[in-house]
Amino acid sequence: MSRRLTVGPFNRVEGDLEVTLDVEDGRVAAARVNSPLYRGFEQMLVGKHPLDALVVVPRICGICSVAQSAAAAAALADASGLAMPDNGRLAHKLILAGENLADHLTHFYLFFMPDFARAQYAGRPWHAAVERRFRATTGEAVRELLPARADFLRLIGYLAGKWPHSLALQPGGTTRAVTPTEKVRLLAVLRDFRAFLEGPLFGDALENVAALATPDALRAWGTARSSDFAAFLAVAADLRLDMLGRAGDLFLSHGAYGRSADCLFARGVWEQGIAQLAPFDAALVAEDVSHAWLAGGAPLPPLHGETQPLAGGGLNDCAEKPAAYSWCKAPRYEGRVAETGALARQAVDGHPLARALLAEAGGGNVEARVVARLLEVARLLPAMEEWVRALAPGAPFCAQWTLPDEAQGVGLVEAARGALGHWLRIERGRIAGYQIVAPTTWNFSPRDAAGTPGALEQALVGLPVGADEKTPLAVQHVVRSFDPCMVCTVH
Amino acid sequence: MGATTAAAPLRLLWFQASGCGGCTQSLLGAESRAGVFAQLAASGIELVFHPAVSEASGDEFLALLADAAAGRRPFDILCVEGALLRGPQGSGRFHLLSGSGRPVIDWVRELAAQARYVLAIGTCTAFGGINAAGDNVTEACGLQFDGEAPGGLLGERFRAASGLPVINVAGCPTHPGWVVDTLLSIAAGALGADDLDAWQRPRFYAEQLVHHGCAKNEFYEFKASAQKHSDLGCLMENMGCKGTQAHADCNLRAWNGVGSCIRGGFACIACTEPGFEEPGHPFMETPKVAGIPIGLPIDMPKAWFVALAALSKSATPKRVRENSRADHPVVAPALGKGRPK
Ligand code: SF4
Ligand code: SF4
Repeated sequence: MSRRLTVGPFNRVEGDLEVTLDVEDGRVAAARVNSPLYRGFEQMLVGKHPLDALVVVPRICGICSVAQSAAAAAALADASGLAMPDNGRLAHKLILAGENLADHLTHFYLFFMPDFARAQYAGRPWHAAVERRFRATTGEAVRELLPARADFLRLIGYLAGKWPHSLALQPGGTTRAVTPTEKVRLLAVLRDFRAFLEGPLFGDALENVAALATPDALRAWGTARSSDFAAFLAVAADLRLDMLGRAGDLFLSHGAYGRSADCLFARGVWEQGIAQLAPFDAALVAEDVSHAWLAGGAPLPPLHGETQPLAGGGLNDCAEKPAAYSWCKAPRYEGRVAETGALARQAVDGHPLARALLAEAGGGNVEARVVARLLEVARLLPAMEEWVRALAPGAPFCAQWTLPDEAQGVGLVEAARGALGHWLRIERGRIAGYQIVAPTTWNFSPRDAAGTPGALEQALVGLPVGADEKTPLAVQHVVRSFDPCMVCTVH
Repeated sequence: MGATTAAAPLRLLWFQASGCGGCTQSLLGAESRAGVFAQLAASGIELVFHPAVSEASGDEFLALLADAAAGRRPFDILCVEGALLRGPQGSGRFHLLSGSGRPVIDWVRELAAQARYVLAIGTCTAFGGINAAGDNVTEACGLQFDGEAPGGLLGERFRAASGLPVINVAGCPTHPGWVVDTLLSIAAGALGADDLDAWQRPRFYAEQLVHHGCAKNEFYEFKASAQKHSDLGCLMENMGCKGTQAHADCNLRAWNGVGSCIRGGFACIACTEPGFEEPGHPFMETPKVAGIPIGLPIDMPKAWFVALAALSKSATPKRVRENSRADHPVVAPALGKGRPK
């Protein structure tokens, strides 16, 4: 028996997403992922003063606005060969880490876990406790997380004025120097947040969580305590979330927090099938538009990419391009689909637990994606404490950027949800081309010219769909495990 | 006491059109002991649905929405977040609501017709905002304004069932306090047509200027101006600051507990105003004619501004001048002789 299901909108996902599923014998046989919104940011930037990108790009996405700023600042710095002073570099890292950490927790507590509080899971041994803690908007964890998160975001208040949508991140550093007292206060903000993480979230020291190296050690750790992360591990074991949502074999990370040579999390491409790491080469990225409602032919490298919407046709089809089904382009690395995100970042960086979880399941999966995210939380906060201590009030925070007449630049950063790249061309002192490849563009890309489905499209195949399920739960778990950001995707 | 909480709670439906989600992210950071949802609940506002945080998804959500749009499921407050995309050619195809095959603008028209109060959350929803920048290829507009022009998606004459026009909680993003104060005022029966300014923004924050309470006030007084990013001086003369023209209380009410744009060292770009997205000059440079900024402080005659600026520049104390060009204070205020008198 086969049927076609159109699923959407997906709540607790940043932005609009629609998934079309071909279901055969109770399983997904094929999936198509559609971004039903077009926003036109890349067109909007052409002709503007290059620094105006710093105003425009954060507004692509409220949840990764700092990552967008950081990528634009990096592309602008690259275009003029500018280097930041040490303080500026530290402040950039801290502001981006602040956003990414907050996003990881927002995802875990507000977007992902509430699905397990659903009535459909009543009767599972863990359900009553999960329901009390993670019920959407009213669970007791929500009441603890929101104030802890708001207090933590003071870090960005001090360093960047506000979140989201700050102009503090500049190509030469940041606009806001900190005083010695503010440095003390920043450490206090981090101390408070550490207490939340080591309390309700982990119930253990961050260093102990970061040191978990094998799946067995992780599971033993989980059964030995009660904490929100331990609750997730119990759910994951019961529902076998490790068997759910495998995508492709290629994991890509731009490298995070620092220049490519000395960043906290390494840059690279991890090939799971042969367990090998290769360097990442930005020149190997190209975007295919064969299934997008966009004009264009062969795949183009982003530096020479174009974004021209095809506006003809009816509401749900396009006469010019019947094969198209999304506003999203299909980025490929050496022609191949890649997955990006915390799991890719930790696997590329060589964290033993991330690599072992991949090896155990033979690829990416719902459990591994969530574990990698929280593992990263445990690794990132101690690094932030170091960065605050290294700030040197009195020394400069910002080098001056000068406008090149003709130049090009690439800015590669990691948002919470994965690799984000900005490709910029300046001609006659104005933006001549601006292309953005966002994390969810990688993960939720449509098919390419060869018909190869994107990462989520692959990850959905084989999932069980109950006879009367219209919005299958397994599909929701897999979709949310990527922490997608559709507004970035459809910039 | 208890009158507002004892009455039936006001049911709030949140709907996301074409935005970045930043206003919701901002709202989640509202300062409150148990978070914003608990605060709203305690104030007599029941969150029926919010796409970023509610449980229902897919078909459950579409059913709820269809009932609300058709009047089968009564609700009180509609918060719309994000611009309304009318393109291409008025079809709304640039933004269909997932799973429904229908343009978002159609859903918004129907929902607005059922609501007692309609709030435009953020500048996108109020005026079109950043979506309308450049050539506005998506034909983005706000609920009751298209940039500065009255009209927008719902038309100039639209009134919600309460008799109020769309309440524009403008800001890019909007401050969580602006949203919470507006909702709590509605719940307390304390928000009427007179409480909105000419752009239909709540007056409690729109009848302030960003300049009010700015920590750079002494630099402003002496026209001791920042020359480059990270300088401490006033940002008006060179760095593009519109704080003396922008309506908002950003320096009277902190952002993220401790910040503001200007405390962060960068210009106010007047994000609460219609048309902020296309200022006609690079955002981070002050447009000038013959050395005089063309955007003068609100309510200030030009001749006075020019005369005062020249006078105060000639009287700038050395401390203020030197500090304005550094990223940290290099000269401390002198100690007075004896006690302050
Ligand atoms: S012009 Fe701007 S920086 Fe200067 S005092 Fe006013 S708000 Fe502050
Ligand atoms: S200071 Fe200006 S740009 Fe910043 S939030 Fe307030 S009104 Fe918007």
